[in-house]
Amino acid sequence: MSQPILSVRDLVKHFPVTRGVLFRKTVGHVRAVDGVSLDLHPGETLGVVGESGCGKSTLAQVLMRLTPPTSGTATFEGEDLFAKRGAALTAWRRDMQIVLQDPYTSLNPRKTVGDIVGEPFDIHPEVAPKGDRRRRVQELLEVVGLNPEHIRRYPHQFSGGQRQRVGIARALALRPKVIVCDEPVSALDVSIQAQVLNLLSDLQREFGLAYLFIAHDLGVVRHLCDRVAVMYLGSIVETGTAEEIYGRASHPYTQALLSSVPVPDPSLRGRRAAIRLEGDVPSPADPPSGCRFRTRCPKAAAICAQDPPALEVRPSTDHPAACHFAEPPHLVRAD
Amino acid sequence: MTEPLTTAPSPGVDDGVVPDNGPGQATRGLWADAWTELRGRPRFWIAAALIVLLLLMALAPSLFTSVDPTVGLLERSREPPGPDAVFGYDLQGRDVYARTIYGAAPSLAVGFLATFGTVVVGSLAGLLAGYSQGWPDSLLSRIGEIFAGLPFVLGGIVILTSFNKPGQIVGAGQLVFQVVLTIVVLTWPVAMRIMRAAAIETSQQDYVKAAKALGAGPFRVVLRHILPNTLAPVLVYGAIQFGVFIGAEATLSFLGIGLRDPVVSWGVMISEARDRVQDIPWALFFPAGFLVITVLAFVMMGDAVRDALDPRGR
Repeated sequence: MSQPILSVRDLVKHFPVTRGVLFRKTVGHVRAVDGVSLDLHPGETLGVVGESGCGKSTLAQVLMRLTPPTSGTATFEGEDLFAKRGAALTAWRRDMQIVLQDPYTSLNPRKTVGDIVGEPFDIHPEVAPKGDRRRRVQELLEVVGLNPEHIRRYPHQFSGGQRQRVGIARALALRPKVIVCDEPVSALDVSIQAQVLNLLSDLQREFGLAYLFIAHDLGVVRHLCDRVAVMYLGSIVETGTAEEIYGRASHPYTQALLSSVPVPDPSLRGRRAAIRLEGDVPSPADPPSGCRFRTRCPKAAAICAQDPPALEVRPSTDHPAACHFAEPPHLVRAD
Repeated sequence: MTEPLTTAPSPGVDDGVVPDNGPGQATRGLWADAWTELRGRPRFWIAAALIVLLLLMALAPSLFTSVDPTVGLLERSREPPGPDAVFGYDLQGRDVYARTIYGAAPSLAVGFLATFGTVVVGSLAGLLAGYSQGWPDSLLSRIGEIFAGLPFVLGGIVILTSFNKPGQIVGAGQLVFQVVLTIVVLTWPVAMRIMRAAAIETSQQDYVKAAKALGAGPFRVVLRHILPNTLAPVLVYGAIQFGVFIGAEATLSFLGIGLRDPVVSWGVMISEARDRVQDIPWALFFPAGFLVITVLAFVMMGDAVRDALDPRGR
């Protein structure tokens, strides 16, 4: 395999919990991201899946250098990402961009679409000469399937799916190598989701993009992702190729997530063992000892409370999973 | 849903809410669009006409009256409105119409400068506090609380008496400046709090994150993204405070520390006349009416500008 373009090791992001008005006292930490390692190769799509509050979006923010990490390292094309400052940081931003979750808040309501998509060129004037920008913006709108004549419209004059296309055009403007997609379709109608996903995969082919695709729904990322990492409470619990995860998930959490994906074929309904998780996700400010998932795990045993399982390949599995009892599912699969 | 199914461009995909001016025309900014929007509103023109008239009154009062507002003849005292004096005469026998006209300049100067100062100082402090959110926020908020904690009248007495000794004769311009300074110093924290709250909310919006991810510096983020989206509440506050400040000037005058004879201002006139409302109602009614119309004109203007700056309302 080629060299990874983005390589993350033991990334940790803790948010302090403070009390007091005048004298702030730190009383604890929310462990939003707690030791995440991943590699992203050029041109591939890595899905990061997990339920709300598991730290996916925080991971995206840290990798976009929007918030500093607590510890850990990340390299982009071999260079230390968190050491970049000033001009080097600005130059790097051309290579890595983000598409945000909510198309209703990710576009400035007081700017025209032309200004929004053109802003990358204002910030990085070396990318497009001044007289050329308007044409570049219209090209971008065309590439994402919008009418280039709508350059003077404001975001509220577009539907949710069209707004997300504007957000994609903005991320695409600087011709990045990596785009972090932070749940780009979860705020959209189901009928629109597929269109936006198709657009993303067309763009990937056309521009050779690598996606770090964050989602809370395994079903959504299925036809887009080459590899998938499943997150639970700030850590990755299982990672593998799409085929390994969807076909032979070995972590009980992944299995539970997969069993919650709706089955389109009514004749298969009920034939699949549904794993229903009990209870809520524990607070990331006070995670359980040992394995994070043990409080909701059907397989939990004494060892799980003491030993945090490592993310590694075990004898019965062919891809890394962070579970002492990782094993392929004995389920009737939906496909 | 009117979504294109392919990535090919599909003109006419959605019905235009606003007609596009075609691809030949350059993109215009928020302010240019706002101006186009304003020009089509009668409310804006009414407010603008009133404001121009008031400004004319303030700059060239002799265009409106040839009577000296300071000359009082006691034999005319309390004469009601008539052909000689359309607004009547006050207790001292001075022409109320002339005094109202001449009162526009100091009143408008105080109202306008105090509003401008409060909004500018408060907004800058609020933007800095709301955007940085670290120690500058704590520092500015605590300083603001000190000034907001001073009662207005007490603070006004302290500030103005420390400028001028009792009985000292001060020029009108200098006095207006001192009154404006007093008002700004005592009220900027309110504008700061409004701006700070709006800036905190806006700086958490996703479009601010997107701009930062593109590499936008703090100046670009604040000027292009945060300020346009936080201006509306402070503008409305300013428009309302305009009238309040003219009233505040009257309060200071009433205490003998603000504007005083021979300077005429609506506040001075109102505070002089309010003890004799039943006796000479016209001496109160006309300056108060002018004050109301002025405030209304500025509130209408503020409203129209706020609406024009919000593309969603179009």
